[in-house]
Amino acid sequence: MKPFTTLQSRVVGLPVDNIDTDQIIPARFLKGVDRLGLGEGLFANWRDDPEFVLNRPQLQDARILISGENFGCGSSREHAAWALLDFGFRAVISSRFGDIFRSNALKNGLLPVELPHAVVRQLMHHAREPAGLHLEIDLEGSRVRTLATGPDSSTAESWPFTVDPFSRRCLLEGIDQLGFLLRQVPAIERWEASRPVQTPTSSVPQEHRS
Amino acid sequence: MSGRTLFDKIWDAHVAMAETPEHPAVLGIDLHFVHEVTSPQAFAELNRRGLTVRRPDRTVATMDHSTPTLPMSRATLAVLDPSGAHQLDQLETNCARHRIPLFGLESDHQGIVHVIGPELGLTQPGMTIVCGDSHTSTHGAFGALAFGIGTSEVGHVLATQGLLQRRPQTFEVRVEGRLRPGVTAKDLVLYLISRLGIDAGTGSVFEYRGEAIEALTMEERMTLCNMSIEAGARAGLVAPDQTTFDYLRGRAYAPRGQAWEEARRRWSELPTDADATFDRSVTFDAATIEPMLTYGTNPAMAVGIREPIPDRAVGSDDESLRKALDYMGFRSGDQLLGQPIDVVFIGSCTNARLSDLTAAARILEGRRVADQVRMLVVPGSRQVKRQAEELGLDEVFRAAGAEWREAGCSMCLAMNGDQIEPGQYALSTSNRNFEGRQGAGGRTLLASPITAAASAIAGAIVDARETQVEVAS
Ligand code: SF4
Repeated sequence: MKPFTTLQSRVVGLPVDNIDTDQIIPARFLKGVDRLGLGEGLFANWRDDPEFVLNRPQLQDARILISGENFGCGSSREHAAWALLDFGFRAVISSRFGDIFRSNALKNGLLPVELPHAVVRQLMHHAREPAGLHLEIDLEGSRVRTLATGPDSSTAESWPFTVDPFSRRCLLEGIDQLGFLLRQVPAIERWEASRPVQTPTSSVPQEHRS
Repeated sequence: MSGRTLFDKIWDAHVAMAETPEHPAVLGIDLHFVHEVTSPQAFAELNRRGLTVRRPDRTVATMDHSTPTLPMSRATLAVLDPSGAHQLDQLETNCARHRIPLFGLESDHQGIVHVIGPELGLTQPGMTIVCGDSHTSTHGAFGALAFGIGTSEVGHVLATQGLLQRRPQTFEVRVEGRLRPGVTAKDLVLYLISRLGIDAGTGSVFEYRGEAIEALTMEERMTLCNMSIEAGARAGLVAPDQTTFDYLRGRAYAPRGQAWEEARRRWSELPTDADATFDRSVTFDAATIEPMLTYGTNPAMAVGIREPIPDRAVGSDDESLRKALDYMGFRSGDQLLGQPIDVVFIGSCTNARLSDLTAAARILEGRRVADQVRMLVVPGSRQVKRQAEELGLDEVFRAAGAEWREAGCSMCLAMNGDQIEPGQYALSTSNRNFEGRQGAGGRTLLASPITAAASAIAGAIVDARETQVEVAS
């Protein structure tokens, strides 16, 4: 996994609440057996509209997406995180994330940044103005800062955010979580051995063997 | 020491390594369901790293999402849908290579993963169960801690049979009283989601309790727990009781003889202690619930079938509600009764079990689906299909003009050939009315099998309780 330390980028604003993973990537794009090229399916049903924000040429280099509440609810498809990354995003800002999406994003180096509702509203407002919004996301310092684009750089603001300390360390150092978990297999084996009653297995039961 | 909830008991029994501020807990996993869409990249990662599947005996695979529901050979599928066929081939290869039992298209046990687990007796109380699918919450109906995971985590479980998890919050959803006649478990869960909102359960595990819950059959409890994720909760639980035991006894993978007695004793200790407390708690009254219907683009946008479309939806701001109503072609204040429909879909892991099909068939018996309506009835599994055919339900559906299909996810999500057209209205017994879920531009209204069947006859939304009265008089 690519480490995530600091990101500076223009921000795309998508002021919709409850963007579910079917919107992020519709099921018809889930037919592959790899993770490649999924950016093509990102928000596919909305991108047909030439006015859709991701179709604006001046936002093509944006690496940060800001959205309404409860981003990534619904289906567990990790393709949602893969599609955002493949399109070029490295961070998503919302006031709340679906649990499974957040977990998927963190495992792929896509940073979910949770900020208070009022802050998200304010940032969304700026992102949709013609001048646009530039932000710096500093994972080490766990802060989001506005970056001045014009002459009035005195008005920079910043907000703290929190990420689960384990995921944060993995992101900063580019460590993947499976490596950590593999080292805990002895603990899992000990736990299995200590189980009082063996739970059922999926081995085919006697009466179904032919 | 204060008592523990059902969730606490299952969680505590599965912690292989305790959580600290620096790292999540390592949770031991009892059972892992695998399907063709969310697993190939996980197997590829294992292969890339030279890892094996640690516990194939705790892993079960099936094919459901990409499978066609029209009978066809694999060769035909490979022509009609090469990428879908490739996913199925890939799953076969992966399961063979890692010795994972697979209920594939040739198996009598094939079906939607959340239908076959319970019907085979694989799903049992007190277990931890995961699957790369958000509706894994279904298995919570048995008092198992069951939740959906992403593909990276599918790889984690394949490689280690463990998962890194922070302990979620507990959330009691209490439903007192009894559901009235003509009001189903689907109506109950749509009502709960509409009151709680689409994200109320984020970070939590629901435990459904109270008189109304205890009175539900196992299939009804599965419908309820299935949609926990639509209120944001990764898992929903119902305490195991006599209803659970009666359902499980004698199923293929359920324990037998002495092992059954021991398991039953163990399961009886699972229910929440009288002095246990929950992080959050809400109470509803079952007797006030009407048949429900969604009008918007998330399952919390639901109302009683006789109520007008509201101008507020819990968990969605005004702009989101406006956007949803524009998409649906509705306005606040509109009545849904009488709304014409193009497609009726009875199926999915929410409502494609035998009791759902029986309820729909009872309404359709001796009647015809309206000419302009296309109706699909898709059993949740091969076993459900066979049982329904033994009862002659397939004949009822065919005689009414509905299509009787092979088991699978079908029109619940548009990726296997079954889908609706842009602009069409589909009345569906599935669980998601998201924009384009059943086909790009398609508009979904969610309801119970009873509402769906009665409305199919009328060609428009009707209150099934009234049509029943007509039939009776
Ligand atoms: S029936 Fe629908 S919700 Fe259920 S597993 Fe299949 S696609 Fe998912």
